[in-house]
Amino acid sequence: MLGLNSKDFTLFLVVVVLVIAAPILLNPFPSDSAFAQFNAGYPALMQRFVIFGILVIGFNILFGLTGYLSFGHAAFLGVGSFAAVWMFKLLSYNIVPAVLLSVIVAGLFSVVIGYVSLRRSGIYFSILTLAFAQMMYAIAYSDLLGKFFGGIVTNGETGLQVYNDDPQILMSPGDPTVPHLFGWEMNSSFTWDVGGWSFVFQNGYYLSGILMLASFYLAIRIFRSPFGLMLRAIKSNQNRLAYTGVSSRPYALAAFVISGMYAGLAGGLLAAMDPLTGAERMFWTASGEIVIMSILGGVGTLIGPILGAGVIKYMENIVSTINDNVVHGWFAFMPDGIENILVTVIHPFIGKGWHLTLGLVFMAVVIFLPGGLVEGGQRLGRLFERRKVEEKPPTATTEPAE
Amino acid sequence: MDDIILQILNGLDKGSAYALIALGLTLIFGTLGVVNFAHGALFMVGAFCAVTVQRLLGLSHTIIDESQKDFLGNPLKIEVPYVEGWFGPEMGQALISWSVPLAILFAIPVMIILGFVMERGLIKHFYKRPHADQILVTFGLAIVIGEIIKANFGANPIPTPAPAAFSGSLDFGVWLGFAENAIIYPYWRLVYFLFSMVIIAGVFAFLQFTTFGMVVRAGMADRETVGLLGIDIDKRFTLMFGLAAAVAGVAGVMYTPILSPNYNMGMDFLVLSFVVVVVGGMGSLPGAVLAGFLLGILQSFASMNEVKSLLPGIDQIIIYLVAIFILLTRPRGLMGRKGVMEE
Repeated sequence: MLGLNSKDFTLFLVVVVLVIAAPILLNPFPSDSAFAQFNAGYPALMQRFVIFGILVIGFNILFGLTGYLSFGHAAFLGVGSFAAVWMFKLLSYNIVPAVLLSVIVAGLFSVVIGYVSLRRSGIYFSILTLAFAQMMYAIAYSDLLGKFFGGIVTNGETGLQVYNDDPQILMSPGDPTVPHLFGWEMNSSFTWDVGGWSFVFQNGYYLSGILMLASFYLAIRIFRSPFGLMLRAIKSNQNRLAYTGVSSRPYALAAFVISGMYAGLAGGLLAAMDPLTGAERMFWTASGEIVIMSILGGVGTLIGPILGAGVIKYMENIVSTINDNVVHGWFAFMPDGIENILVTVIHPFIGKGWHLTLGLVFMAVVIFLPGGLVEGGQRLGRLFERRKVEEKPPTATTEPAE
Repeated sequence: MDDIILQILNGLDKGSAYALIALGLTLIFGTLGVVNFAHGALFMVGAFCAVTVQRLLGLSHTIIDESQKDFLGNPLKIEVPYVEGWFGPEMGQALISWSVPLAILFAIPVMIILGFVMERGLIKHFYKRPHADQILVTFGLAIVIGEIIKANFGANPIPTPAPAAFSGSLDFGVWLGFAENAIIYPYWRLVYFLFSMVIIAGVFAFLQFTTFGMVVRAGMADRETVGLLGIDIDKRFTLMFGLAAAVAGVAGVMYTPILSPNYNMGMDFLVLSFVVVVVGGMGSLPGAVLAGFLLGILQSFASMNEVKSLLPGIDQIIIYLVAIFILLTRPRGLMGRKGVMEE
């Protein structure tokens, strides 16, 4: 179906259903219950799930298939965001030109950076991309372009946003003053109250979700295409590829540009959800976060990076809001002494310390599960499989993992 | 002319720090073949050793001084550091004032043990894995170390002053026959530069003139043959990791008066030190030192007002521009050996 084999189609279908039903599925706890803070079904977070999903799907095409570890991918995200906000400032709040331009600009940047960086491989490639990204961060952070040409381009520390006196030449009087798609406002939403639950369905989330699905579909097609096979060949043995008379660089560059454009799309969407941006989106820790997401989920697999992005964004938003009182609540049934000890033990890992949890989880994954969560799932699956085999003859399974 | 000398001097202290970190990175890469993204974190841990020593020496207890009255007429309560009680007021004050240099004594064993634990506990298992995995696991370790420091010392920079004896500045220009106050250079930066020279010379002498150093150099050149001669090269390489960690640590200790340490400083220095290593040549110790000073000085030239008015912001991107240029024209770096990580 849709040019996919049945396994991929099932996977795609599962992702489609998950994206559509996310506002319900991610809200399992009634809003007045003690566990309501673990609900992830609010629009701001769900948008991040899908937008960072797009970003890592693109990153995976580069790192997962070709094995080139880019440590400066956030630069393209930042460039996309800046391009989109400039479109809002110059034309209007309609997101179509903004998102289109962010993809194009990020594509152009990645052609240049990729052309230069791909002349080296391995650690040198990582450091070259890191150097380019840090350079772009420095340029954006101190608004060098603005100083050079006069006026503002990236607006430095303050960050770029839309002001009332911006030209917005395509803006007609009746238009909404928030990002919209032909009048369809991104931040307006429909709330459905059932029992103790309230589910929020937001336009912006669904638009990002549809684009994420489209990106995901494209990624599956790339993974399964002869072009994707070529990229895998680069990863497994570049020398042998050269001996067979194939120049690997155009393929690698194509992968780099594609993943750069994915990052630009994600950046444009981030700006479309909230029309402001700043240089910190390009800082190298942001690039590191992209790498962490992909590794955590399982690089080189179709669904892994999306899972990784979801887990990281969930932890960032949920673990960082857990404080000591909440933990006290969990262990209230225990004697006071034990309760206090447990809270003291857990304290460094929650709230402001969530980066510590992130670092430890990331290290554990790199050490024990190089294939990420997907490999973990497969191992668990095999474990159950074996038990099943002992009980009854094997049956066909639908393991969705790549 | 005096401007040029001033900029060279200004570049020296930053260059010293780059050179020391890059030296350790290169040692680790040359011996163990590991790309250590946690090396900046070791620099930062060293800096926090200085903070720890400063706080330990500053520990005080309250005594009631009957001879002085506060504004209510009650006996005055004053805080007296324990060291003053033990060694007398003058000696105690001197100890507190000299806490940064004293921290070196504390930092060396701490860093060697930390390096040893890191190598044996974690990095040992990554020799056979691809460089990307090594980068990733040490990157994760750097996050974890940074967060542990943040949890214990907070996120704000902690001022750690130099000994009072070094607080002033040297009027360097007078020596060379320039006008007074033309070239002013803080004493501590001079100390830092001299200190780094001593450390660098010590590391080179250790590698060049001791039997241990000879074996390590032989191991860097051909690990297998050294192993076949019946030498336990792994053990020596582990010690070299400890040494590299100690170099980064003392570099961090002595840098605290120049830059108040915070938990992020390691990452900032790491990115630049990697660039330094790449410019100098992967695996080349003299290259790392040379490139460290070169880039430090280049950066300070780029931050001159004359240059900045011509090319605004060049000071922040110059190092990366140089790195990109070097990588594309001479990928093995300024002094890299042929065949070491060239592609």
